[in-house]
Amino acid sequence: MDNSATQVISFFTAFRLADLWYLGQAAINTIIISVLAISIGSFFGVIFGWILAEFNRYLTVLLNLILDVFRSIPLIIQLILFYNFFPIIGLPLKPFTAGTIVLTIYTSSLVAQVARSGIQATPVPTRRAGRSLGMTYFQDLRYVVFPIGLRAMLPAWTGVALGVLKDSALVSVLGFVELLRASQILVTRTQEPFIILTIVGAFYFMLSYPIARITDRLEKRWQND
Amino acid sequence: MIEIKNLKKSFGELEVLKGIDLTVAQGEVISIIGASGSGKSTMLYCINGLEDIQGGQILVDGVDMHARDTDLNKMRQKIGMVFQQYNAFPHLTTMENVALAPRIVLGKSREEARDIAARQLQHVGLGDKLDVYPSKMSGGQQQRLAIARALAMEPSYMLFDEVTSALDPELVGEVLDTMQLLSEEGMTMLVVTHEIGFARDVSDRVAYIHEGRVEEIGPPSQVIAEPQSERTKQFLANVR
Repeated sequence: MDNSATQVISFFTAFRLADLWYLGQAAINTIIISVLAISIGSFFGVIFGWILAEFNRYLTVLLNLILDVFRSIPLIIQLILFYNFFPIIGLPLKPFTAGTIVLTIYTSSLVAQVARSGIQATPVPTRRAGRSLGMTYFQDLRYVVFPIGLRAMLPAWTGVALGVLKDSALVSVLGFVELLRASQILVTRTQEPFIILTIVGAFYFMLSYPIARITDRLEKRWQND
Repeated sequence: MIEIKNLKKSFGELEVLKGIDLTVAQGEVISIIGASGSGKSTMLYCINGLEDIQGGQILVDGVDMHARDTDLNKMRQKIGMVFQQYNAFPHLTTMENVALAPRIVLGKSREEARDIAARQLQHVGLGDKLDVYPSKMSGGQQQRLAIARALAMEPSYMLFDEVTSALDPELVGEVLDTMQLLSEEGMTMLVVTHEIGFARDVSDRVAYIHEGRVEEIGPPSQVIAEPQSERTKQFLANVR
């Protein structure tokens, strides 16, 4: 009995190896929510960007207005509003679902502007050259505009992706246990903020670094074009 | 045959073409000369439907280019176009630039498209540049690439829009030589140009366009050597 009592006490007073495992699982949650938000958000962002670049004024003004709302309101406020809105109408959402949806919309509103400028990076005469060869509108888009735009927008998109990865920490306010939330729990329990936050920082770095490296490499490879 | 009948084109309030009549016969090379802003280039864009028109008619092989039920993408395959800006696709090699349209528009296999591209690039003297990206080539080479890219679609007509205007003077010759080669092979060509020498030596007919109308048209021996119209005389005196 004595033995297990000391064990419990020591569990609460110091950082242990098992906590690293706990942080690792929280990191996986961060990865899941970020990957979902970045991939789905980028998909819709490119469609929105295409509408902004190519459709008539009335539609673009309206869409811009909506996207600006999501770009301008602090993410943390969007999260809390969205999460608390659904129980009111009788459809409570899990923190993970609410967080993913808000983060996805936020990402798409940022990527939309990046994609719009990417699409506009192809000069009109170049697109006309494509059309003059008999390409349809969508062939021109697929084989001329997108490849050129992708190269132009990659650095800006990387910035958005890295930003969203870090902003995913804000979902912790809804009670979803990702990296930041897990670290807070551990700090409260162990009273070792220095060690734990250093480890969490290292985790974020390990997640961000590959994104930065991969896009860096793509940029280098495309440079000879 | 390309038949242009009473073509009218406006940009908003500005009327650029005020009733152009012009017929290009098979195998004919016609040079279009005229001051900047006279509507020469706009006319070319109207022919292959890159610009819409406000009046008149353009028939290519008897098909009304601006009729509602005309398949423009199909018709454009017959009409190659080369632009003032080189407009190479910067993300593709020379070979890929030329092979792209035959593959995705004509549905050729990868190998067939590569063969066509290699042949056309050889044709314009770029046989040794197949795997080079356009940014690594001179303006003259990029313009010849644009010609090869248009030829790869095996068009019946070629439209040239001031293709030497953006080139350094020492690079103009190689592009004009390529165009002359095409004319000798019997290509039907409509050439908007400021190169009076080319218009004189290579074309069958020369048209002088002034403020959206054909002011004078005829063989170069007439329009360039002995212009009938005062305006043509004045224009030629200015460019020489």
